[in-house]
Amino acid sequence: METQTLSKKSEEVFTETISGSEAIVRCLLEEGVDILYGYPGGAIMPVYDEMYKYQNTLHHVLTRHEQGAIHAAQGYARISGRVGVCIATSGPGATNLITGIADAQIDSTPLVCITGQVGSHLLGSDAFQETDIIGISTPVTKWNHQITKASEIPEVLAKAFFIANTGRPGPVLIDITKDAQFETFDFNYDKCTKVRSYKPVPDTDYETIEKAALLINQAKKPFLVWGQGVLLGEAETQLKEVVEKAGIPSAWTILGASAIPTDHPLNVGMVGMHGNYAPNKLTNECDVLIAVGMRFDDRVTGNLETYAKQAKIIHFEIDPAEIDKNVKTDVAVLGDAKKSLEKLLPLLEVKGYPEWVQQFKQLYAEEYEQVICRDLHPEKEGITMGEVLKEINTQTKGNAAIVSDVGQHQMIACRYANFNVTKSNITSGGLGTMGFALPAAIGAKMAAMDRDVIAIIGDGGYQMTIQELGTVFQQKLPVKIVVLNNEFLGMVRQWQQLFFDKRYASTEMTNPDFVTIAKGYHIAAKRVTERSELADSVKEMMEYQGAYFLEVCVKKEGNVFPMIPTGASVSDIRLK
Amino acid sequence: MKTKLYTVSIYTENNVGLLNRISAIFQRRKINVESINTSISEIEGVSRWSVVVAISEEQIRKIIGQIEKQVEVIKAYYHTDEETIYQESCLLKVKSDLLFEDLQIQNIIKESAARIITVNRNFFVLEKSGRKSEIELLYRELKPFGIMQFVHSGRIAVTKDELKISNLLKAVTA
Repeated sequence: METQTLSKKSEEVFTETISGSEAIVRCLLEEGVDILYGYPGGAIMPVYDEMYKYQNTLHHVLTRHEQGAIHAAQGYARISGRVGVCIATSGPGATNLITGIADAQIDSTPLVCITGQVGSHLLGSDAFQETDIIGISTPVTKWNHQITKASEIPEVLAKAFFIANTGRPGPVLIDITKDAQFETFDFNYDKCTKVRSYKPVPDTDYETIEKAALLINQAKKPFLVWGQGVLLGEAETQLKEVVEKAGIPSAWTILGASAIPTDHPLNVGMVGMHGNYAPNKLTNECDVLIAVGMRFDDRVTGNLETYAKQAKIIHFEIDPAEIDKNVKTDVAVLGDAKKSLEKLLPLLEVKGYPEWVQQFKQLYAEEYEQVICRDLHPEKEGITMGEVLKEINTQTKGNAAIVSDVGQHQMIACRYANFNVTKSNITSGGLGTMGFALPAAIGAKMAAMDRDVIAIIGDGGYQMTIQELGTVFQQKLPVKIVVLNNEFLGMVRQWQQLFFDKRYASTEMTNPDFVTIAKGYHIAAKRVTERSELADSVKEMMEYQGAYFLEVCVKKEGNVFPMIPTGASVSDIRLK
Repeated sequence: MKTKLYTVSIYTENNVGLLNRISAIFQRRKINVESINTSISEIEGVSRWSVVVAISEEQIRKIIGQIEKQVEVIKAYYHTDEETIYQESCLLKVKSDLLFEDLQIQNIIKESAARIITVNRNFFVLEKSGRKSEIELLYRELKPFGIMQFVHSGRIAVTKDELKISNLLKAVTA
C-alpha cells in the first residue's frame, strides 16, 4: 500500500508506519482471527474502512443488533475453544454488548470485544454517542482497557487475547478512541506470553493430588460432578480415564454437558434444579464428592446447608477464588484440570461400585417411569418438548451441536439431547440470557461448518433476537432453528402455577406467524401441530440443504420435572 | 455473623480504572468501605492500597479471592488491627483568636501531641496523626470551641509480618 513505508529500526525489527485502525485489523490477523461479528457506527468507522480492504482475509459478519454480534462471538468461542471477537461503535453500540459480556463473564467464555470511542479530546464532554463503556463494563469483564494512542494498540490487543483465553477464560473489552484509529505509528506485533500481575494457572501442590487419590481409593460411595472447566481445559480424555479406572458414577452441570458421551455407562446425568433424579438425590448419600471444574452454583446445590454435608469434598479448580466460595472443601486441587487429572490417574486403584451404581439405576428407573417416559413417549394429546428432542436425537444420532435459549425448552434440551461430541451443548448457563440461542447458533455454525448446529428456542426468547434471521439469510448459513412454541413464557408460567397459585401474570404470549416471518427472510419454514407429522418434519429439516425453521406447537401448560424448588435441598427433588 | 475490622493491603499495577474495579467488588456485596487509601509502595511502579472494612472473616477471605483474581492485582492480604501498625491523620481548622485567648485549647493541643501547621490572623491549622480514637478524642475536645473545618484521612497500615511481595514480583517477572 502506498501509505506504508517499511523502515529498518534495528538489526532484527522491521516496522511499518500504518494507521491505528489498520493496526487493529493486523493484530486480529496476527492472533489468527478469521471471523468477527459486529455492527458499524461513527466512532468505529476507520476500522470498518480497513476491514473493507482486508475483507478477503478477515470475514466480518454484520449482525442485526450488537447483542446478536456478541452472542454469535460467544457461540463461536464455545464450540471451538477459540477467542470470539466482536466489534461495535461507541455509545449504544457498546452498551448493547453488555448483556453478552456479562453472559461471557459468568460462563467463562473467551471474548475480545472492540468498541470505538469518541475522540480523546471529547472524553468526558457528553459528546455524541459517548458513554463510559470502561466504567460500565468493569464489573463484567475479566479485563478492560481504553486506548487513546495508536502506539498502544499492538501491545494492548496482544494482552487482550492472552488474558481472554488463558487461565479461567473470560471477556475482555478494548475501547479505542477515534483519533487513535486515525493516528499513524510504527507497527510491530509481538504476542503476549505473560503479564506480571496475572497468574493464569495457580501452581498445583502434588500433595493435594495424593490426598485426593487417598480419599477416592478409600471411598465406598464416590460421586463425581464435572463442569465446564473440563471442556475449557480440554480434559475430556483425562476425565473419562479417571472415571473409568476408579469406576465412579459421574454427573455433569449444564455447562459440563457433552464432555463424556451421554450413553457412557458411568454418566449418570445432569445435576441441578431440573437435572436428573439420581445424581441430585444421591449427592446427599455419597461419601466422597469429587468436583471437577465446576463452581457449586446455587442452581446446582440447592440449599447449601443441606448439600452433601455427609461427604468429603474434593475440588479440582483453576480459579482460587472458587475454593470454599460456596461449599467448604476438604481437599482443594488447584490448577489445570487436564494436568491434575493426568497426575491423579496413576494413583487411583482400579475399582467398581456395582451396588452404588445400582442405586443410580434404580432412581433412574423411577424418574423414567414418572417423568422421562411421559416426556419422550406421551400418550396424551399435545406434543411435548421432550419428544421433539427425541426425534432430533434420532436424526442426528447425537452428533449435532445443540444451542439452546433459556427456559423450559433449555432444560428439556439439556436433559434429553444426546451428545457424542464434546463442546456440543451451547447455552446461557450462569446468566440465563433469553435471546442467546439464535445468534449463538450463527457463531457456532460458522466455527464448525462441518457439523449440524441446531438452535432450540422458546417462543419468548426467539422474539428477543429474532432479527438475527437476517444474518442467517445474508450469510447463507445452514443452521436449523427449532422453536418450541407453547404460547407462554413457559418457565415463569410453571413457577406461577406451582408457587403463585396459577396467577399467570404477563406470561401468555400472543405470537405472530413465525413461519411467515422466516419466509420473509427467505428461510425454508414449516409449522408442526400434530404428533404424526413430527418425525418426518424433523427429518426434512435435517436433510434440507440450507437454513431451516421448524415451529413445533407444543402442549401449552407442560411442566419441567424433576425440580428442586428454590431453597430446597437437592435430596428434596420432586418428580411431580 | 461476627464482624471485625480488617485492613486489606493490596499491591497493584498503577492503572486507570483499577479503583473502579476494586471498589465494585465491595459494592456488589453491599459492603461499606470504612476508609480507602492508595499510594506508591516500596516497589517502584507498584501501588499499595489500604482498605478498611468491617465484615466477617468468611466474607473477607472470599473478597481477597475476588480481588486477587483481578488481572492487575499482584497480591492482596487481610489483617486484623493486632497484626498491623496503622495510623490515620486529620487536619483541623480553628479560629485564631481561640488559640491565643483560650489556655484550655493550648493544653488540648499539648496533650494530644497535635502539630500546629500554620497560624495566621484568622485561623490556625492543626495536624494530628495516630489511632482513630485519638483523632476522635481531639475532635470532641475542640468541638465546643468551634471547628471551622475538619478532615480525617483513611488508614494506612504496615504489617508486623513480612509480606514477601518483592520475591513474588521477581518470580512473575523472571
